[in-house]
Amino acid sequence: MEVTQVLFNAQSIDGTVRKNAEESLKQFQEQNLPGFLLSLSGELANEEKPIETRKLAGLILKNALDAKEQHRKFELVQRWLLLDATAKSQIKACLLQTLSSPVFDARSTTSQVIAKVAGIELPQKQWPELIGSLLSNVHQIPAHAKQATLETLGYLCEEVSPDVIDQDQVNKILTAVVQGMSASEGNIDVRLAATRALYNALGFAQANFSNDMERDYIMRVVCEATLSPEVRIRQAAFECLVSISSTYYEKLTPYIQDIFNITSKAVREDEEPVALQAIEFWSSICDEEIDILEEYGGEFTGDSDEPCFYFIKKALPALVPMLLETLLKQEEDQDQDEGAWNIAMAGGTCLGLVARTVGDDIVPLVVPFVEENITKPEWRQREAATYAFGSILDGPSPEKLIPLVNVALTFMLSALTKDPNSQVKDTTAWALGRIFEFLLGSAVDLPIITQANCQQIVTVLLQSMKDTPNVAEKACGALYFLAQGYEGEGESSPLTPFFQEIVQSLLTVTHREDVGDSRLRTAAYETLNEVVRCSTIETAPLVLQLVAVIMMELHNTLESQKLSSDEREKQSELQGLLCGCLQVIIQKLGSSETTKYAFMQYADQIMGLFLRVFACRSATVHEEAMLAIGALAYAIGADFAKYMPEFYRYLEMGLQNFEEYQVCAVTVGVVGDISRALEEKIVPYCDGIMTQLLKNLSSNQLHRSVKPPIFSCFGDIALAVEEYFEKYLMWAMSALQSAADLSTHIAGDDELVEYTNSLRNGILEAYSGIFQGFKNSPKTQLLIPYAPHILQFLDGIYMEKDMDDMVMKTAIGVLGDLADTLGNHASSMIQQSVSSKDFLNECLSSEDLLVKESAQWAKLAISRAISV
Amino acid sequence: MAPHDIRRPFKRAAISDQQKRRELSLLRQAQNRRDAQQQARCLASSILSLQSAAPESQPEQSDTEIETVPESEQESEAFSKDLDVRQASKLRGPEVRKWFARQLMLPEWMIDVPDRLAQDWYVFARPAGKRCFVVSSNGTTVSRQRNGSILHHFPSALPAGAKIRDGSGSAQSYCILDCIFHELDQTYYVIDMVCWNGYSLYDCTAEFRFYWLNSKLEESGACNAPSHYHKFRFSAVPVYNCDSSGLYSAYTGVVPYAKDGLLFYNKHALYQTGNTPLALVWKDENCSQYVIDTDGKGEIPSQQQVVLELQDDRKLVTSDDPPVLFGCLDGDIIEKMGSLRRLI
Repeated sequence: MEVTQVLFNAQSIDGTVRKNAEESLKQFQEQNLPGFLLSLSGELANEEKPIETRKLAGLILKNALDAKEQHRKFELVQRWLLLDATAKSQIKACLLQTLSSPVFDARSTTSQVIAKVAGIELPQKQWPELIGSLLSNVHQIPAHAKQATLETLGYLCEEVSPDVIDQDQVNKILTAVVQGMSASEGNIDVRLAATRALYNALGFAQANFSNDMERDYIMRVVCEATLSPEVRIRQAAFECLVSISSTYYEKLTPYIQDIFNITSKAVREDEEPVALQAIEFWSSICDEEIDILEEYGGEFTGDSDEPCFYFIKKALPALVPMLLETLLKQEEDQDQDEGAWNIAMAGGTCLGLVARTVGDDIVPLVVPFVEENITKPEWRQREAATYAFGSILDGPSPEKLIPLVNVALTFMLSALTKDPNSQVKDTTAWALGRIFEFLLGSAVDLPIITQANCQQIVTVLLQSMKDTPNVAEKACGALYFLAQGYEGEGESSPLTPFFQEIVQSLLTVTHREDVGDSRLRTAAYETLNEVVRCSTIETAPLVLQLVAVIMMELHNTLESQKLSSDEREKQSELQGLLCGCLQVIIQKLGSSETTKYAFMQYADQIMGLFLRVFACRSATVHEEAMLAIGALAYAIGADFAKYMPEFYRYLEMGLQNFEEYQVCAVTVGVVGDISRALEEKIVPYCDGIMTQLLKNLSSNQLHRSVKPPIFSCFGDIALAVEEYFEKYLMWAMSALQSAADLSTHIAGDDELVEYTNSLRNGILEAYSGIFQGFKNSPKTQLLIPYAPHILQFLDGIYMEKDMDDMVMKTAIGVLGDLADTLGNHASSMIQQSVSSKDFLNECLSSEDLLVKESAQWAKLAISRAISV
Repeated sequence: MAPHDIRRPFKRAAISDQQKRRELSLLRQAQNRRDAQQQARCLASSILSLQSAAPESQPEQSDTEIETVPESEQESEAFSKDLDVRQASKLRGPEVRKWFARQLMLPEWMIDVPDRLAQDWYVFARPAGKRCFVVSSNGTTVSRQRNGSILHHFPSALPAGAKIRDGSGSAQSYCILDCIFHELDQTYYVIDMVCWNGYSLYDCTAEFRFYWLNSKLEESGACNAPSHYHKFRFSAVPVYNCDSSGLYSAYTGVVPYAKDGLLFYNKHALYQTGNTPLALVWKDENCSQYVIDTDGKGEIPSQQQVVLELQDDRKLVTSDDPPVLFGCLDGDIIEKMGSLRRLI
């Protein structure tokens, strides 16, 4: 096959030609994969061929090795590993050869392909000579080969995990990369490629960063690179510093003074992309220190394994003025541009993080700046002052802040109505929101909002909702936090008298002409939701009235016909907001017996609307409508059964939605709601639901986060249908058992531990539901064969010592449920288990109330099982 | 290796409201799941706590020992009510009457209309007959009247109510039903369920107990016609929501039994022993034949007789079920009456 022509055609502007070419490439690939890949690598390596076809050949090669979706990626890896060895070595030879091509695009594509192959083969201990041959390239002239090789090493470090490459090779890679970065390297492209490669290789340098000499050397080279005359190199070098700040925080002490000097010079003088990275360095240090100090829980303990070096606190007197300067560099209209990110924004964000890191200490450094600038005629100064004030509201103590806020509040309210500049108003509304977010409801005797100013605050905020969309959006945000501040106020809230007016204003905002293209409409509905969530029983009748209003809005979205795809998307978004609002209302009214019954009159109509929302789409279900239905089922209880015949197919559709796994997860949760609501009336739908859930569990296409809730859902169903669950018992137990086996043998990072705990929790909730469901049934004995494994599982997680309180509580509860249901059939098994002794004792003396409660239940059930 | 995007959220809340909605939903679901499990466990633990404690405190139980159990101890063990009923079935003598009188939930007279009657209350027509506790355990069933005397001792299809049942009705399984025995059709009308198949329902709302009663009683076969192993038929009574149509149905509806007033139960009330304002009774000539005395010919005599009881605290009450407080006598009169304790 003449692959060049086909690759040409595949880029043709003529659709038919392109389509034919793509078709023949596909056929070639299916009929003869090794031949196909060989021709592509040959094309890529051939200096006679045009750039376009070489580039496309490289791209297709890359896509034949990797894919975004996990399952597809897995298939591709398997396919490559099974490929004929001769073909593979020929392809690899072509690739290595192409790295020296004088054509930039060919080299650049090739370095990515090599990294993909390495990503597959190195973990399998294949292609051992790769790194050696790459390193030998580095010592070669010409420079372009060197550049491509360093780039390849960078990609390779991105693809492969550090434990796959032995330390000796890591050392060699780092040496080559750092040498390439050093000032003695005359070629800019080589130095840039090396600096970017280091960014990816930093994760491999654990051992080297523990060695003072090696670390000093790396740090010196990185710092020197930040002074390079080439802006891209300076930027890449600062990116390295940002990465080092989080990966090697504990090693930074000797360098921090120099880094401060370098970054502050960059922030003040360098081009924006570099300055942004320089600020990011300090933001990243803040992230680290906030995490560490949070771990300390406010007090320093000598044996904490992550020490805090208080870099921010020490740099404070110099750092804060530097950040305050950046605030004055705002762009015009940055608030109206969703994508804006500039030095003023980065500096302001960093200032907020600094405040969270050091608390009270920042206040005296910022207040003079605010006082000096807040009344200046230049809008930039007023805006910067307001932003500075807003950004320190999270961190310092309320005692320190409230006196300041009490002085500022009146001024801010007046600025929000009267300042001639929209950006100042935007920031003022945002800062008011921060006051309400962080200082309302705090346990301080000094109230910010009094009977006297409450009316004024509400009036100003509602007035600002008529301002430009960005100001109105921030005013909604401020109102959101104002409402939140009065959550749980009991019978009456200071906002009660304004409830009607607030709701009316928010609804008016949702109908503004200019609401369509901004976040304003979303903000208005979100605020409405929060106002409802935080409302008190006094305003329940008004919330009830809102049901009909929102229902009408939702009804209106269903009336429009023949929409363009753009309009359809907007319609769907609006439906999402309205369903979300109804969900909040249902949950609010459903949570109290008194309001629930009054709400029931709307149940049929609401459900009808939700079903119509579902019907708007052909293949997917609306997540928000699904969430709302869960709330509805919970509120209605067993009567929800009447909606099941019509609703069921959407439930099934939701469970089948692997792509939008959030939708799938939400639907699984709704199955739980429905099980609890319908109890045994869910039986007619169980076959379908259980089949789909088991399918989901065995699929490798479904996002793993959905699997734990599926197990919990088994428990919900079993508890609802009791011994009828027998039908599914064997399948469910086998799925649970294999998941349980997987979840006891783990070692990994925090994320994996967290996932494993959520998986265990799901499995255990399933066991609890099944045991409680079968209790007092003549079929109890069906569970006996599973008991040994379950006890083993409990012992296993106890022994691994890495469970969280949640798992602890569920696990010890399962022990109780097992004893309760199986009684004396399980007594000797239980007595032999570690769980019934050490684990139980540990839980009984737990400080977590829920763990303790479950443990007491288990103790009781066990003593009963043993005594009989 | 393009430059890395470092954009951070600017003037934005940390999480979206949608995410918040999702999280709140999950929170609610987790809470509901916990509640559901807790409920399942609770039903068991009230029995368990007692049974595991019982062998220690009362080895070789005999009637006399039980009779001497101090009252305060009985009352302090809130959980132990259901087992006490089973033990008490074996009681003899004067203690028995006192004991049983304390165990039933007794309605007050309805003298005003409770708030939210339509939403929070059930109503049903009380069958005329003997109020009794029916206890099934260990393969037999015993019914006892309010005074503790045994009405029947018989096999029934209730769980653990006859000796024929398979192993499933294990030793700990038993039932306690609050019934009215209706002579005419020889049926036990179950008006409340206190324990079922080992589940204690004392701490459950009336709503739950009635639901449970309706689903479980039918299932057990206890509503079937009498047979060798099932001597008396049991039946649930139709219970209505206390709205106007429910009231009308209860008041005028045709039932297979003679009515003796209407009973009102608060849906949220637990099974509370003794008199409670959360259960009410109403009687008038349309729904009860016992509202007014008649003589042998069915004529209403010119004077109605009332039996009054003078209690130790000098209160004078009728001996109606429930009693009505008439007043309080002062010390002088009592002294004049001497040892006379009953007025007719």
